[in-house]
Amino acid sequence: MSMSKLKSEQTLTVVTLTLGRQTLAIPTRFLREILDPLPVTRVPGAGSQVPGVVNVRGSVVPLADLGQALAIPDVGQDDRRRFLVLDVEVAGEAATVAVAADAVHEVTTIDTQTIEPVPAAAIAWPPEFLSGLYRGTEGFVLLPDLGQIFSNLANRPQAVPL
Amino acid sequence: MMDDMGAIFREEVRDLLESLERGLLDLKARPGDMGLINQVFRDLHTVKGSGAMFGFTELAAFIHEFETVFDRIRSGDLAAGPDILRLALAAKDEIPGLVEGLPDPEGQRAAILQGLRAIMGGEAVAEGQGAGADEAPVAVGEGPSRLWFRLTGAALAMGARPEIVLDELRGLGATQVVADLSDLPPLDRLDVEACAVGWAMEMPAGVTTAQLEEVFLFVDAEWRLEPAVQAAAPVAVSAVAAATGPATGAAAPAAPAGAAAPAARADQNGTTLRVPAERLDALMDSVGELVIVEARLTELARQSRDPALMATAEQITRLAGGLRDATMTMRMVPMRSLVGRFRRLVMDLSDKLGKPVNFSVIGEETELDKTVIEKLADPLVHILRNSIDHGMETPEERAATEKPREGLIELSAVHAGAEVLIRLSDDGRGIDAAKVRAKAVAKGLIAADAVLSDAQTFALIFEPGFSTSEQVTELSGRGVGMDVVRRTIDSLRGSIEIDSKPGRGTTVTLRLPLTLAIIEGLLIEVAGERYTLPMASVQEIVELPPEKAVAEGAAEFLDIRGRFVPFLRLRRLFDCAGEPGAAQNVVIVQSGEVRVGIVVDRIVGTNQTVIKQMSKLHADVRAVSGATILGDGSVALILDVAHLVGMGRASGEAGAQMREMAA
Repeated sequence: MSMSKLKSEQTLTVVTLTLGRQTLAIPTRFLREILDPLPVTRVPGAGSQVPGVVNVRGSVVPLADLGQALAIPDVGQDDRRRFLVLDVEVAGEAATVAVAADAVHEVTTIDTQTIEPVPAAAIAWPPEFLSGLYRGTEGFVLLPDLGQIFSNLANRPQAVPL
Repeated sequence: MMDDMGAIFREEVRDLLESLERGLLDLKARPGDMGLINQVFRDLHTVKGSGAMFGFTELAAFIHEFETVFDRIRSGDLAAGPDILRLALAAKDEIPGLVEGLPDPEGQRAAILQGLRAIMGGEAVAEGQGAGADEAPVAVGEGPSRLWFRLTGAALAMGARPEIVLDELRGLGATQVVADLSDLPPLDRLDVEACAVGWAMEMPAGVTTAQLEEVFLFVDAEWRLEPAVQAAAPVAVSAVAAATGPATGAAAPAAPAGAAAPAARADQNGTTLRVPAERLDALMDSVGELVIVEARLTELARQSRDPALMATAEQITRLAGGLRDATMTMRMVPMRSLVGRFRRLVMDLSDKLGKPVNFSVIGEETELDKTVIEKLADPLVHILRNSIDHGMETPEERAATEKPREGLIELSAVHAGAEVLIRLSDDGRGIDAAKVRAKAVAKGLIAADAVLSDAQTFALIFEPGFSTSEQVTELSGRGVGMDVVRRTIDSLRGSIEIDSKPGRGTTVTLRLPLTLAIIEGLLIEVAGERYTLPMASVQEIVELPPEKAVAEGAAEFLDIRGRFVPFLRLRRLFDCAGEPGAAQNVVIVQSGEVRVGIVVDRIVGTNQTVIKQMSKLHADVRAVSGATILGDGSVALILDVAHLVGMGRASGEAGAQMREMAA
């Protein structure tokens, strides 16, 4: 999702969550539900970005680790961990994907004018996977570009001969 | 209501057109076959009749001329030459357009009819004279009455069937039905379009004129009802027991219009039901959910140790199993439904390219899930096209290599376990492995020094953007298609193999699962993780001999009754932590001709596996073909046996690759 598309609306409603020490915001229109952590079935050879699958109400849904895609260091989990079930587009097709969050905070509406492009100098995050960022109460909040992240994952070359 | 009827008619037409096309194509090979000629005539007649019945008058008129030609062929006045067949096929192609009411801007239809007329020597086409119904309402008395009727004018041509009228009358209580043959003309003057037979019968008291009017509402017929004085016996008497068309007895070996059609219709009315595909899909979804819930219930019942609950759960299991099997059977469609269009394609291509081809089909009755059949059409068309366009030599080239002038293409479909093998083989020039290789190197698909087996080389054909033909023809060779073939087959969880001998021909084998919905699975456990293997591919389960408990570096084999079977350790393959327990099991699985052992920690048991597709995010995980939800709600991955067997075979052939793969 490009900056200009983000800014085509006056406001953007997002759900904020923490991964490691980083706060992220995901537009609520992608959000289907927030669940307590589900048992994860590991998919051998799938790599760390989409390490497994979970059973979401009878559907087998891939579980993605956004922290891996965005290079956010893992600092461990506690009982605030949640799964967000998202309806997104993966390589041109509608798909349901679960992402793990170390904590989910709130649903909030932000003014799109406050969204800034990712500074080119910010080498900490892969810029191609971010739509932008804005200043929250406790530092920067990243807006991950979910379409980019998932499509990139779907098209990645075969990593292992499994 | 009328839309429903229209839909039924369209369905019926589609079937009839398939049969018609098959008939015409077969006629090309056996021009004098009376059976085929009759079949074509019957199909045409039924389309025309039903069309007229549903108000497709333009269609009926169009087919009428077409049919007249076949009537002439039937009577021996004309021979079913290639010109006629070409026109007939072209005419057949116009029928869907007529049914849909599409315009004919280029005057195609008129041209076809013109051609047909020219063949018939410009003779005017005899038309049955349509006469209106001639009714004489008669007051009905208290006692039983006598009914007499005869179909008039073009009633038969318009699709009326005396046996249906008779059935309806029987429904009203008609008894002592006798045929009135008084107006039957001599055989040489018999008009098959007209109904020369009348019927008389006793109607019980209380049957009103209004009821009879209803029976004759859609039929051109004359009828009269009179009080039964005495049995006014008609001239000749023959019981109408078998519901055959009136002319059947007279025009002996050539079964006329109505004869076969009623059987088909009865079949439709009585034993076969058309169901929209979406309803079957919805049913299948529900059955899938049911099977998952059933597994959960069984698990809970087992934990509860309540005998009553366990007994109920067992019953549910049995019922769900039955329901599942019935649903799956409903979705099975024979290959035949695909083959028709292939015949046509082969004929058109071989005409166009001047390469005579004999196309034979084995296993038309082999059934596959309808989803598989639907998706299979395009890949097979691509392969077939390639085979004729690239694989087949010209007759001259063939003659030079002492092959028969006519090429041979064979399509076969057979069941093999839980798979269907579809083979398309030709006796053409084969694939030149060196050429494929050179091309792949030029296109940067492989390194110039890559070591590839023949099978691996041929598989390059399915790479996107690959095309070996030196000249791009209208038909194939644009480099699109073959990669689509592989994508489609992959999406069906199938695999594709090419075998080719230079100068001898090429065989493409598609391996497809019987169904995409529910399979019987063998649940296994490795390092606390559970996986499912399709039961149909499981050959046997043996214990891993203690001396093999620890992995050796080189390729590992088991001695299964004197045969060496390579095996894979799932723990190692899947990078599992920890050490295996004392007793490990080996599940011997088979794909194609190859058997491979899979070492697991524990066999959990068999279960109904409702297959859920893996998302695109896991499309690169080749060892897993899908996932299923177990009774406790957790997800178990379904292992892709073909892929594992491929790996096992590779390890058997190449020795020590396993360590690298596991790393």
